[in-house]
Amino acid sequence: MDKKPTRDGFGEGLVELGEKRKDIVVLSADLTDSTRAGWFKKKFPERFFSMGVSEQDMIGTAAGLALSGKRPFTCTFGVFAAGRAWDQIRVSIAYMNLNVIIVGTHGGISVGPDGPTHQAVEEITLMRVLPNMTVIAPCDAIEAKKATKLAASYNGPVYLRLGRSKVPIVTTQGDSFEIGKANLLRDGGDVTIIACGYEVYEALVAHEILKKEKISARVINLHTLKPVDRAVITKAAKETGAIVTAEEHTIIGGLGSLVSEVLTQEFPVPVEFIGVKDRFGESGSPEELFKVFELTAEDIVKAAKRVIRRKNK
Amino acid sequence: MAGRPEIKTLKNIAREIRIEILKMLTCAGSGHTGGSLSIVELLVGLYFYKFRCDPKRPLCHTRDIFILSKGHACPALYAVLAHMNFFDKKELCTLRKVGTRLQGHPQRGLPGVEISSGSLGQGLSIANGYALGARIDKDKKRIYCLMGDGELDEGQIWEAVLTGAHYKLDNVCGIVDYNKFQIDGKVEDTKALEPLKEKWEAFNWEVLEIDGHDLKEVMDAYDRAETIKGKPVVILAHTTKGKGVSFLENQNRYHGVAPTKEELERALKELEGE
Repeated sequence: MDKKPTRDGFGEGLVELGEKRKDIVVLSADLTDSTRAGWFKKKFPERFFSMGVSEQDMIGTAAGLALSGKRPFTCTFGVFAAGRAWDQIRVSIAYMNLNVIIVGTHGGISVGPDGPTHQAVEEITLMRVLPNMTVIAPCDAIEAKKATKLAASYNGPVYLRLGRSKVPIVTTQGDSFEIGKANLLRDGGDVTIIACGYEVYEALVAHEILKKEKISARVINLHTLKPVDRAVITKAAKETGAIVTAEEHTIIGGLGSLVSEVLTQEFPVPVEFIGVKDRFGESGSPEELFKVFELTAEDIVKAAKRVIRRKNK
Repeated sequence: MAGRPEIKTLKNIAREIRIEILKMLTCAGSGHTGGSLSIVELLVGLYFYKFRCDPKRPLCHTRDIFILSKGHACPALYAVLAHMNFFDKKELCTLRKVGTRLQGHPQRGLPGVEISSGSLGQGLSIANGYALGARIDKDKKRIYCLMGDGELDEGQIWEAVLTGAHYKLDNVCGIVDYNKFQIDGKVEDTKALEPLKEKWEAFNWEVLEIDGHDLKEVMDAYDRAETIKGKPVVILAHTTKGKGVSFLENQNRYHGVAPTKEELERALKELEGE
């Protein structure tokens, strides 16, 4: 299976957008190569703005550019965008409902050796509480590229959560991708695994393991965390009666929480959470960390069996 | 350039604006009196002289941009905009009331209000962004950004000061309402800013230091700012908090407090007696 970081898909999408549209501008808070904003900079230096290590100022400057009719992408690591510049995103972007795409790369513990200060595990929570904000966590580079291009024509601010590490390509060019509409990747009747970002791959592996044990698991790629596809979640609850959520993110306020928010209102069923359990990340290789943080396909399989037992009680 | 309005005319407008500010604050029962009164001449000298805008077409492309970064002083901006007929003066008494377009801090959407603000420190970055956008479009518009002195405690301001100088944004004109007070007390006691002029200069901004209540100096500064090329300009405007009403001047308890009905009557007597 081909592997590629989602940030690369973003970088490619951004260059294509730059070729087609003169209103696309890019701001970067010093991490220009790491975020892949550098690919745009190389081709369109006159529409690239180096902001230095000033995330709050970058967000405000992007707001001004959006007000002047441009379509800005701001680029830095997720922790520094969603965390450090949260109030600027709240007041200068979301409150005014401006067309700014906030790109947060290095989401999740798969950042690896740089450790907890650089591993964003809270952005989905921080961003989805803001009115007007759309939050997308693509599962692979192909999806990241599609999300990048669609976000540039979307009405209102978008937070794009991307990763540093190479992750398997699990979608194809031909797959549909619509902001706010979840994708059903595998059908199944015993349990549903709802995942986003890299965990979509782990969910697909879990599906295969479960299949060998005669357990039929539905897999949903919930790439858009906000606005959330309530219909797909509710249907899965009604038809499978048990849900596992999987995210490379804190379970507090993230994918698990938002799925639970929908289910408690629409159709309550047992839910098990795979995700970061109220703790910071740590240094290590992504592979090691996925085991330490219990985010692997094996962990999803165990959670699936637990939730099916709860359903059958 | 059309001729300047008579100072006498502008003084009269400033007096009327002060009356509107006080009336709307008393009507609302809360709001920021001191810092609204200190910026009146800075706004009047801009809006009634230099500023290109069309109240009938508030979003017209050729307009200049005014950003009120110290959003809590919005009663002054609302009064000016109403005076220019961006919206009906009657709407001023809806300040801070449910359903109003005149939110406690400015909200984009009210004609003439370019940005939502209130969380301090954010306006200058937005002004810079606007200026960069205008530069790409080869648009000659000027972008004005009014900040408070206490607001300069915010780190983001100094990030934006670096950005303005780095990109040589000579279409940006910063204005500091240097009234020497912030909510906790004197600026110099709360967190010293001095030497302030030298700070901006060291960051490669051109600094124009003026008496922010002298309308001639205010207009001169806006004229001069336009002629400076290759770097952004900041007008350090020395002002008096609560300016125009004797018992409000330099009384910091009126930072975030509206006049009572009795105080309003006394203030109006003073202003109308001028």
